[in-house]
Amino acid sequence: MAKISPKKTPMREQPPKERIHNYDEVPFGYSPEEAVIEAQRCIQCKKPGCIAGCPVEIDIPGFIRYITEKNFKDGITLLKGKNILPAICGRVCPQEEQCEKVCVVGVKNEPVAIGRLERFLADWEREQGEIDIPSKPKSSGKKVAIVGAGPAGITAAADLVRWGHKVDMFEALHEPGGVLVYGIPEFRLPKEIVFREIDFLKQLGVRLFTDSVIGMVRSIDELLEKYNAVFLGTGAGLPWFLQVPGENLNGIYSANEYLTRANLMKAYLFPQYKTPIIKGKRIATVGGGNVAMDCARTALRLGAEKSVIIYRRTRKEMPARDEEIHHAEEEGVIFQFLSNPAAFHGDDRNWVSEVECIRMKLGEPDDSGRRRPVPIPDANFRMPIDVAIIAIGNSPNPLIPSTTPDIETGKWGNIVADPESGKTSKKGVFAGGDVATGAATVILAMGAGKKSARGIDEYLRTGVW
Amino acid sequence: MTEIIERIQLVPNIHTCTVKAPEIARKALPGQFVIVIPDEYSERIPITIADWDKKAGTVTFVFVEIGSSTQRLAELNTGDKVYSFTGPLGKPFELNKFGTVALIGGCYGIGGIYSAAKALKKKGNKVISYSEARSKFLLYWNDKLEEASDEVRYATTDGSEGMKGHAWDSLRHNLEEGEKIDYIIAVGCTFMMYKIAEVTGIFNVPTIVSMNPVMIDGTGMCGACRIVVDDQTKFACVDGPHFDAHKIDWDIVMSRRKAYFEEEIISKER
Repeated sequence: MAKISPKKTPMREQPPKERIHNYDEVPFGYSPEEAVIEAQRCIQCKKPGCIAGCPVEIDIPGFIRYITEKNFKDGITLLKGKNILPAICGRVCPQEEQCEKVCVVGVKNEPVAIGRLERFLADWEREQGEIDIPSKPKSSGKKVAIVGAGPAGITAAADLVRWGHKVDMFEALHEPGGVLVYGIPEFRLPKEIVFREIDFLKQLGVRLFTDSVIGMVRSIDELLEKYNAVFLGTGAGLPWFLQVPGENLNGIYSANEYLTRANLMKAYLFPQYKTPIIKGKRIATVGGGNVAMDCARTALRLGAEKSVIIYRRTRKEMPARDEEIHHAEEEGVIFQFLSNPAAFHGDDRNWVSEVECIRMKLGEPDDSGRRRPVPIPDANFRMPIDVAIIAIGNSPNPLIPSTTPDIETGKWGNIVADPESGKTSKKGVFAGGDVATGAATVILAMGAGKKSARGIDEYLRTGVW
Repeated sequence: MTEIIERIQLVPNIHTCTVKAPEIARKALPGQFVIVIPDEYSERIPITIADWDKKAGTVTFVFVEIGSSTQRLAELNTGDKVYSFTGPLGKPFELNKFGTVALIGGCYGIGGIYSAAKALKKKGNKVISYSEARSKFLLYWNDKLEEASDEVRYATTDGSEGMKGHAWDSLRHNLEEGEKIDYIIAVGCTFMMYKIAEVTGIFNVPTIVSMNPVMIDGTGMCGACRIVVDDQTKFACVDGPHFDAHKIDWDIVMSRRKAYFEEEIISKER
């Protein structure tokens, strides 16, 4: 056996100079040989911390063992027993905060590249062309409506259908996938992968209804007349703005709008696809999360000469994943730290032409444990820009709460749900993901979808609320 | 995919389209809108619902053929399918007994006020509809509007039908003569609604306009449709589309409407 490397087996990537001119995925993924070498770095702990570190409790050492044996087929079967969307999670999960954070190998060396191995198995299966469809379980005679075909809804649907319940999934947009499709760019998560995973759900028997804005075309009460339970996974779809002067000038987008135009509506293929996007030469993205990185990198691919991220703290406090920050840096995104917009200034045609920023310094830690940014007086500066993108977060989408008066909501407009079962204040209605917690990650939404599926299943079997 | 029952050009560049959409027909209320995607490549187009038939399960809307996506929609015919059809969206009009109500329709808005005329009359209001166009041959649905309203007043810029001028000229004339109007709703192009707001502001008549900004998802997700009302940013899709005409920052509305002017030309060339 070859000597075990202290570092993760590197994953080959498109060179930065090349990739900023296309929308293709950046990392290529492991070859079978590379996957086996990486899998051998796992020491197969007796008490693996990684499983507990995973929101959906994947048997990580188990699937890695299969990879070392080159038994990829059993590996993917084991993986999918817990995670219906491995091709997606392998790409977008923050593994460094979860499974890889507690990996024993990571104490002295780099942890095992669990995410990359997960992605490898999922991609391997897809390339084989044949995807095993589990046999249909015995019908429970119960029906569940899933509202929102994003990560939480898809995950809940997958478990519920495998447990014999009839599942109908309602999506407001014309494509399923939620944030995986409208938000996360093609170069980070190819849409074909998402649609394949959703096709798999359909083959399991889930029925998908797009163009269905629940709350408007049907109320929750109307759903409860036809379904034994309802799961709300409607996400965090209400963008925050900075509330500073000039924010409604032309050329200022919410991250949601910018990414939806680029991804869902395929504005990067304009004018073949008819939805336009303002390209501009100098783009400023405000925010420090993964969404901000996605916007700044999309701007480069749309031809920006200068793509700047404006963030009020420093690199250390940025909530984005290291990998995303690293990719953005490699591609030439410029980081303007310790700065926060105070106003946008426009030209005589009401187009944004400058952003005026306040300089900040770091003060005492706040509730999140990160050092609070404090404005420095009389140190404002201006930066000429053509487009600004506001990527500072989202509130839960208000459509369901506003049309369902008897469901309890929290301070942020979120639907109050029990984190273990997903139960809301309304009998038969469960909720999970960003609509309950506020904007978080894909895998946390999937974890919530999984827990809610268990809660729903128990309710359907026992009738106990 | 939603089936087209009928698509007719009413007058040059203005079409009516009826689709099979029983779920939406069941729920639609006056003043709500749908989002239509004619084919895979097209934009999501927000369009006011003009009429619906619960029994037949159909929804009718009126649209102006203007950009490349509405051009594509205008090419579709009976039996064809639109790629996506979503609704009903937005809040409906308030349907109270106001007294005398003036409904102002121009462009697609002539269709847009039709269902409001029916519903407000049913509530016991006296309904006066104003229908405007450049010339007589560009007016449509006259018979429908006349049936739904107590009175219809026409305005054409060339004077070929009704008053010579615009609907706002006609309305201004009536208000100046002292006619008592308690409530006004305007649906149509932004400039017309702005001019109506200007006139009714002088006479202090409560006025609601049905805003039609650039929109993408129509569910509150993107914020493209933001409108400043009473110094607060609102989303037309979920907070509207109807707002108090006298509280809107019209400069922002006008400039945001024109944001994609150049792109619209490029889009049409292909």
